[in-house]
Amino acid sequence: MTTRSTTEKVTQPVGVSVPRIDAKEKVIGSALFADDLQFGPGLLYARIKRSVYPHALIKRLDTSKARLLPGVKAVVTGEDTPGFIGLYLQDRHIFCRERARYVGDPIAGVAAVSEEIAEQALDLIEVEYEPLPGVFDPEYGASPDAPLLHPDLDKYEVVNFIFPEANSNISNHFRIRKGDVEASWTQCTAIIERKYRIPHVQHVPIEPHVAVARANEDGKITLWGSSQSPFAQRNLIAKALGKSQSDIQVVAPYVGGGFGSKAGVSMEALAVVIAMQVKGRSVKLRLTREEEFYTTFVRQGVVAHFKMGCDREGRLLAMENKFYWDGGAYTEYGVNMTRAAGYSSSGPYFVPNVKTDSYCVYTNHPVSGPMRGFGMPEMHAGLEQCIDELAIAIGMDPVQFRKLNCIKTGDTLVTGMTMHPTGLSECLVKAADAIAWGRKDPSSAPHKRRGKGIALMWKAPAMPPNAGSSAKVALNEDGTVTVSVGGQDIGQGSFTVAAQMAAAALGVPMEWVRVATPLNTDYSPYEWQTVASRLTWSMGNAVVTAARDARQQILEMVAKAWNEDLDDLDIIDGKVISYKSEESISLKNIVVYGMSLPDDQGWIGGPVLGRGNFMPTYVTGLDPETGQGPRAVVHYTTGAQAVEVEVDMDTGKVEVLRGVAAFDVGKAINPDMVKAQMEGGFVQGVSTALFEGLQLKEGFLQNSSFVDYRIATSTDAPLSLHSIIVEVPQDDGPWGARGIGEHAMVPTIPAIANAIYDAIGIRVGSPPFSSEKVFLAMQEAGLVE
Amino acid sequence: MTTHRITLTINGEYEQVDVSSNMTLLQMLRDRLALTGTKNGCNAGECGACTVLLDGEPVNSCMVLAVECAGAQITTVEGLAHDGILDPIQQTIIEHGAVQCGFCTPGILLSARGLLNRNPNPSDEEIREALVGNLCRCTGYLRIIDAVKDAALRQQALLS
Repeated sequence: MTTRSTTEKVTQPVGVSVPRIDAKEKVIGSALFADDLQFGPGLLYARIKRSVYPHALIKRLDTSKARLLPGVKAVVTGEDTPGFIGLYLQDRHIFCRERARYVGDPIAGVAAVSEEIAEQALDLIEVEYEPLPGVFDPEYGASPDAPLLHPDLDKYEVVNFIFPEANSNISNHFRIRKGDVEASWTQCTAIIERKYRIPHVQHVPIEPHVAVARANEDGKITLWGSSQSPFAQRNLIAKALGKSQSDIQVVAPYVGGGFGSKAGVSMEALAVVIAMQVKGRSVKLRLTREEEFYTTFVRQGVVAHFKMGCDREGRLLAMENKFYWDGGAYTEYGVNMTRAAGYSSSGPYFVPNVKTDSYCVYTNHPVSGPMRGFGMPEMHAGLEQCIDELAIAIGMDPVQFRKLNCIKTGDTLVTGMTMHPTGLSECLVKAADAIAWGRKDPSSAPHKRRGKGIALMWKAPAMPPNAGSSAKVALNEDGTVTVSVGGQDIGQGSFTVAAQMAAAALGVPMEWVRVATPLNTDYSPYEWQTVASRLTWSMGNAVVTAARDARQQILEMVAKAWNEDLDDLDIIDGKVISYKSEESISLKNIVVYGMSLPDDQGWIGGPVLGRGNFMPTYVTGLDPETGQGPRAVVHYTTGAQAVEVEVDMDTGKVEVLRGVAAFDVGKAINPDMVKAQMEGGFVQGVSTALFEGLQLKEGFLQNSSFVDYRIATSTDAPLSLHSIIVEVPQDDGPWGARGIGEHAMVPTIPAIANAIYDAIGIRVGSPPFSSEKVFLAMQEAGLVE
Repeated sequence: MTTHRITLTINGEYEQVDVSSNMTLLQMLRDRLALTGTKNGCNAGECGACTVLLDGEPVNSCMVLAVECAGAQITTVEGLAHDGILDPIQQTIIEHGAVQCGFCTPGILLSARGLLNRNPNPSDEEIREALVGNLCRCTGYLRIIDAVKDAALRQQALLS
């Protein structure tokens, strides 16, 4: 582990908005994504036979006719996949066996010489089901009345910080017991109690999932895919197949949007086990857009109960929360999202008394996975509306109320951890100022009403305590630098940030640095996963260490060759210079061929290769009964959003006119790219606030296309969006940096809900705030006829 | 399935391709000609990732049959830059930081090119309208809109 001082000098190009290093290849069409890789005429195409029931026993499965179809090369079923797979809790087979638990559960896979023949083969597979009663509501699912979806839950392998409850559908129960909540209610002057139902949404990366697998007779397996987690995929698939990690090579080219959907293992293992039946042939599985909607991860739904109270001065005294997370049929990340929501369940507020029960519940819905924000947008959606209500109930301005109660440096958090330096108050004040809080502007038309809303957020990277990163920095003959990392660029710009950090730490121009792509687990250094907004911080630390290692090697060589002190030397703009002798030499050549010693005494140096790694070592466990412990998480990124909306009284349509986003990112390595994250996250947040929700009817998805599942388009983006960077450094971040990718959409739903209230005086509650929902709410309130 | 031999011009190159009756323009570009810059996002004409110019007009190439393109002029993302010089819209998309994952970018570029060809001085509203069929999940669109506006200015400067 490395820890560095935050007072160190900031060297260019850190802190500079250089253009993305991948931008050019992306605008000329040469950037390769998984579907663009060429595999030649021997390529086979896979399709998947999926359960047509949300919950059923598989009584009979006959694949004989499919196997006889000319052109079919392999048919795979659950018989071929006895092992379990799962990130935190190993609860699923790659192809289901005996029981199907959601509409879309993979039952059989076919590889054929064409996609058409593979499709035809699926129709020839006969499946006889015995439908079973299903669970379609997590609160019901957690009750003793619900049918058990995983009767063997107590036998599944699980990590030591997840607590499934045997003979129930509860795959994790996380508790917070802090202070005395019951005794506090009597001291409260105002109490708000509300329930929200947040629907499942889809990540909707524009690139559908693609996996190509090849298994060779020597036991080596290669998987090419659109992946946020090449190393985690290698690890999980190896374990499920009883193989060694190094038997599997995962190659991950550019990812066309991830947002969590391409983390962990969703469909990739299907391609691998099919390929294992046709050794030496590459097998490609490419999901259709329809499959994307319900067979890849969806964002967890949640039924969230909040009760919170404050004293006469507006100080929050107590909070009691119950979250029933709709984890879906299997849990890859859901159990840890449940935990994350639990240890962050006070929201970004100091609350002395907190009781939280956060349950992850199996249902017969699609598999819930991580999505940008990892439970925080869903939790904040209700929490930040309640805070608003409580402020108004006690007669305080919502901004003042938040100023009073929001987390400040040194506060004791809900887990007992002490808050590190944070700029949350600054974010709040700046966001309120930028939206001109308190000023009521006239609406654009007589039938429209205008309002403003604000919401705060916090989020910590949710990951195992020891999630690690590593990096290599190699120098080339021409002095240029190749940075190798195992973290992916899914659009957030991690490669550009890695290059900036390497350039700054080494002392070379930005244009000299490239990042080795595609990621390849055989060549790239280890990275846990590209999730949790952790790369700038964690992978960044590894890159900086590797670059400094390389720098040290170069300086030691030159010091010897010149017979000078190391302290008198520096690397600036790609040249080693001596402050003492004022000599200088370009990195070109010397970083590979070394340098000759004076008087023909031989040579020193050699190809320069820097190495670096980073792993947080200080995160502690939490008491399973109380959720208390010294250090629950590595850090929290905090922030605020404010919006101005207009509600059309004739139609109920909500239009977001203006947005403001202010986040404490510690240090913006690339300010423009930080702002780009704030903007993209804001509009994704607007989309989930106004339009999105998977319409599941008894487990069957009703809206599995872009026509029926609408996401924000160019006409839905606000007219203006103002992004504000706050920088209170992270003590163990590179130059003080911490993450921003996910946080940018966490407070958007409640900010919009609070603005709608400001406009029309109605609490719309659970998203999406569709025209229909808002109009009906106005009708019910007697606001319109 | 009947096979047809069609000739057409793609990015200024004369091409002769054998295509089956049900092959889409998108399939022909990606699978037959390995022009993989054009992306397949939904195969249903809903996301715009596969947008190309067909005789100068933006179309979803997944909704056009290859045989319909006999004799046509097609422009894909690979045909926007010439001799190492980027199209103004490619340049401004880079400069405005309007690329993130880059998967929708080729379609956005072609829709924008189509717009600028027929309307060299579009308003904000016209830009938003022209891009409404190109879904982007990363950027939030604002930088793309700014980039198109900027490209229009540069194009006018180049032409004047």
